[in-house]
Amino acid sequence: MNFYGVRAIYTYEMARTGRTLFQSVVSPVISTSLYFIVFGAAIGSRITHIDGVSYGAFIVPGLIMLMLLTQSVTNAAFGIYFPRFVGTIYEILSAPISAFEIVLGYVGAAATKSIILGLIILATSFLFVPIHIEHPFWMLAFLFLTALSFSLLGFILGIWAEGFEKLQIVPLLIITPLTFLGGTFYSTSVLPPFWRTVTLFNPLVYLISGFRWSFFGIADVNVQMSVAMTLLFLAVCLAIVSWFFKTGYRLKN
Amino acid sequence: MTAAISVSHLNKTYASGFQALKDINLDIRHGEIFALLGPNGAGKTTLIGIVCGIVRPTSGRVTVAGHDIIADYRAARSLIGLVPQELTTDAFETPPATLRFSRGLFGKPPNPDHIEKVLKQLSLWDKRDAKIRMLSGGMKRRLMIAKALAHEPQILFLDEPTAGVDVELRKDMWQLVRELRASGVTIILTTHYIEEAEDMADRVGVINHGEIILVEDKAELMRKLGKKQLTLELRERVDAIPAALAPYRLALAGGGTELIYNYDTRGEHTGITDLLDAVRHAGIKFKDLQTTQSSLEDIFVGLVSRDSGAGR
Repeated sequence: MNFYGVRAIYTYEMARTGRTLFQSVVSPVISTSLYFIVFGAAIGSRITHIDGVSYGAFIVPGLIMLMLLTQSVTNAAFGIYFPRFVGTIYEILSAPISAFEIVLGYVGAAATKSIILGLIILATSFLFVPIHIEHPFWMLAFLFLTALSFSLLGFILGIWAEGFEKLQIVPLLIITPLTFLGGTFYSTSVLPPFWRTVTLFNPLVYLISGFRWSFFGIADVNVQMSVAMTLLFLAVCLAIVSWFFKTGYRLKN
Repeated sequence: MTAAISVSHLNKTYASGFQALKDINLDIRHGEIFALLGPNGAGKTTLIGIVCGIVRPTSGRVTVAGHDIIADYRAARSLIGLVPQELTTDAFETPPATLRFSRGLFGKPPNPDHIEKVLKQLSLWDKRDAKIRMLSGGMKRRLMIAKALAHEPQILFLDEPTAGVDVELRKDMWQLVRELRASGVTIILTTHYIEEAEDMADRVGVINHGEIILVEDKAELMRKLGKKQLTLELRERVDAIPAALAPYRLALAGGGTELIYNYDTRGEHTGITDLLDAVRHAGIKFKDLQTTQSSLEDIFVGLVSRDSGAGR
C-alpha cells in the first residue's frame, strides 16, 4: 500500500478546496439558504405540514441530498479531469500507485468535502427550522454512502469527459433534474399513481427517501430498499472504475 | 550485473493501427548517460512512456533493475523519475508544495531537507513562495526536473529537456545531469541536438520508424558523424581523375565538373591543403568550393538502407 501516495493526492485535493473556498463551500451554503427562504418560508407558509412534519423541516434532507449529489459529482469529476486536461496526469500514471489507491485519494477527498458540506448545510438549516434527527447513525450512514457513491460517479465522469462541456452535462442535465423530481421538495406520495410509479425508476428517490427517513422516520419507499439501492449504485460505480483502470480507458494509450 | 533497464522484443501498436515500436531490444547500463536519438515520430516518447507506465505495451517485456514494469510495477516505477517533453505543471501550487506532492506520490516519506536541496540545485529556492503560474518557461522546465528528482530516483528520463531552453539554462541543466551521473543516477535523454548527445552521452541509440537501428558508444558514433565532404566545382569538365590525385580517393560528379573529397574532421590532418596543392599541380582549376557534413538524418537514412535490422 502506497500510503504516502494516497495521502499526497488526498491532501492536494483538500488543499484545492481551501483555495476555492468560496466556490466549494460558501456558494452551496448561500444557495441552500435561498432555497430555505423561497421554499421554506414562502411556500412553507401555505403548505405547513407533510406527514406531520413542518414543510421547512421536511425539505432539509432533500436540500442536503441535492447539494451532496451535485457537489460530490462536480468535485470528483473536476479533481481527476483537471490533471488530464493540463497534462499533469503523467505523474500519477507513472507513480508506483495502484488504481485503488488513486481512487481512494481522489474519491476520498471529494467525498470528505461533500460530507463536510452536508454537515455545514445541516448546521445552516438549524438556523431556519428546528430539527430533530430520529436515526443519527443512519443519517450519517446515508450521508457517507451517498457522498462516496456520487464521488465515484464524478470520478467516472472526469475520466469519460473529453471537454468541460461534457463535464457539466451530468450534474446539470441529469443529477439536478433527477433530484428535483426525486422528492426533494415534496413527498412522492402526493403524486398521481402513474407518476408515483414512474418515480420508482429514479434512483435518487431511494436516496432522498432513505435520508429523510433517518431524520423523521417517514419514507416514500421502503428503507431497506433505499439502502439496497444505494449499495447497488456504489457497486456499479466501483465496477465501472475498475474496468477503466483495467483497460486504461481514456487514461493510457 | 542486471541492466538498469532491459527491453526485450517490445512492440507497440496504437488503436489506430499505427505501429510505433517494432521488436525493440535494448539494455541501458547502470550509471550511464544514454542518448536516444531519432527524428520526430520515431518512437522515442512511446518507448519512454512504456518504461514509465504511461503507455501500455502491445507485447514484449521491460524490466527496471530486474523488476518487471507490469508484474512488479511498484518497485520498477519507484526507481524512475520522468521529465516529459510537454511543459505541464500545476498553476496554483508553490514549488515546494508540488515537490512534496511528487515525493509522496512515489511513496517516499516527507523530507523537507531534500526538497530544499533539489530546489536549490535547480535555482528555484528563491521562488519557493511564488505560485507556479508566475514562473517563467525556463523555471517551469527546471521545476519539472525538480519534481522528477523529488523522490530520489536511480534512473532519470529526460525527454527533450532542452527544447525551447536558452543557452545559459541549457549549460546549467547539463551540469546538473553530470552531477547526477556522478552520484550514480542512470540518465536516459532524448534530443534532436546531436551536439548535446556528443557532449553528454556515454552511449547513443538511434531509433527510426519504431526500430532501434544503432546502439553504439559515443566515440564510435562521433567518428561516423565526423565525416565531411568537400566539393570542388571545376572551371572545365574533366574526363577522368588524374593519377596524381589517386591517393585522395576522389569521386567525379556533376558530369565531370565536380570533384568530391571525403575526409574526417577528427583526423590529425584533414588533407585539404595537400589536396588543393595537388589539384593545382595537376593543372585543374576550380571556381568554387563547398563543404557539407552528413546530418543526423542522413546517417539514419544511410543506416536504415544499409542495415534494415537492429544494429547492436
